[in-house]
Amino acid sequence: MKILKFAATLCMGLALFGQAEAKEWKHITIATEGAFPPWNSTLPDGSLTGYEIDLYKDLCARMNAECTMISHSWEGIIPGLLAGKFDAIIAGMSATEKREKVISFSQSYGTTGQTFAVLRGGELEDMPHSGEVFSLETELPGAEKAVADIKDLLKGKVIGVQTASIASIFLDKYLADTATIREYKSTEQHDLDLLAGRVDVIMASMGYLSTAAAKEGNSDMVVSGPRFQRGFLGRGSSVGIRKEDTDLRDMFDKAISEAKADGTIKRLSDKWFGFDVTPK
Amino acid sequence: MIDFAFMYEALIRLVGGVPLTLQLSLIASAFGVIFAVTAALMQLSDSRVLRAIADAYVFVIRGTPLLVQIFLIYYGMGQFDFIRHSFLWALLREPYWCAIFALMFNTGAYGSQIVRGGLLSVPKGQIEAARSCGMPTVMIYRRIILPLAIRQALPAYGNEIILLTKATSLASIITMMEITGVAAKMIAETYRVVEVFLVAGGLYLLINFVLSRGVAMLERRLMRHTRTDSSTRSVQRRAA
Repeated sequence: MKILKFAATLCMGLALFGQAEAKEWKHITIATEGAFPPWNSTLPDGSLTGYEIDLYKDLCARMNAECTMISHSWEGIIPGLLAGKFDAIIAGMSATEKREKVISFSQSYGTTGQTFAVLRGGELEDMPHSGEVFSLETELPGAEKAVADIKDLLKGKVIGVQTASIASIFLDKYLADTATIREYKSTEQHDLDLLAGRVDVIMASMGYLSTAAAKEGNSDMVVSGPRFQRGFLGRGSSVGIRKEDTDLRDMFDKAISEAKADGTIKRLSDKWFGFDVTPK
Repeated sequence: MIDFAFMYEALIRLVGGVPLTLQLSLIASAFGVIFAVTAALMQLSDSRVLRAIADAYVFVIRGTPLLVQIFLIYYGMGQFDFIRHSFLWALLREPYWCAIFALMFNTGAYGSQIVRGGLLSVPKGQIEAARSCGMPTVMIYRRIILPLAIRQALPAYGNEIILLTKATSLASIITMMEITGVAAKMIAETYRVVEVFLVAGGLYLLINFVLSRGVAMLERRLMRHTRTDSSTRSVQRRAA
């Protein structure tokens, strides 16, 4: 009888404890990639820096939570979240339909669109529609015409892109039949191969490419061609969270809304991107 | 829990990476043997310079990770203008050849030690006997040293080829879509690690099973004089 009572108390205690842990988000571990400037990058001393580093500190202060940020390889970042190695992903990850099948996302905290970069002085430097933005959601015909306009120029060329990025989905859908697509583990690797002449074009987010082109040693890299956003390219960078942690997602949503409203997101995006990435 | 329909889909896609894995492995081991034999002969030569060069090659390649070597050959070489403007760039521009070079240098260094061991295992008396019969050095190598050394080195060399086949998976980091490259892409798309890697592992297992059977068959063929089945035993008894 005594043992039964003890077991019952223990069970109740465990149940309470388990519940308490699920409800209270006093401590949040966040994963980033640390190789995707200006969203996130790693300084020579190993510390993390970037728009998302400044942003997570601001959001955590708003949520009254103590946060730890770790860096994790890009291709393993969603499996890592699902395996419970950390609680949230803030890694310049766009909320796409495909990813939403596996994890859930907060509202977006920044969007720049996807575009191309080529070698300065090369034949692709002046691709048509440079500087124009096309939405795959609201102006699909216009966007598809823009793709058709650059398709001939890209015939037989090699295009570098990061594996599993939304740019790679775009290339598989629109340009895989005309050009050779080469997939890289990180964006910095395709930059090197563009400069070395192994690939003719790279595709990544505007935010990333404009920063990369401004980096020392990358003066031969130049942004060119149309810019695409929305639709299957996603809502924009959002916090990735396990589906069951709806309470954590609500907390991030609220904090992001506050940061948008008081201009924090605009201020940080001006600092890191040089233009406003606040999602409208 | 494990989705067999998905595993079948993964199998179909990963099989597409098998030809590249085999190509990398076969071409790199074919060139690697040349490197291995050359380095082993250099290490055993009387010339101090040749010995030093071969020792340095083996020391550097064995002492650094293959991953680092692949990165250095692929990204390192591309940084230098003089390499980009030389005839070498036609090959080094392609990730395919960079992978082959790295694997070839690597297996050559490990292989040289196996070949060297084989060469050293040839009994001195047999070489002296050949020499006293008046055979020139090249003929001694052809008739005495190499046949004995190859038999000695074969089991260990088979092992090296298996290791090399598994090492081809590292080529995926320089955009080669061999088995592991395709697997990584598939995982990135589906986030299903277990199924995809189980299938990838199974494919490597199958390739290496065939390889090790092949080496074992070759070994049996070359060593048939030592086989102790009933017929040879009776011959031996009669001889005694």
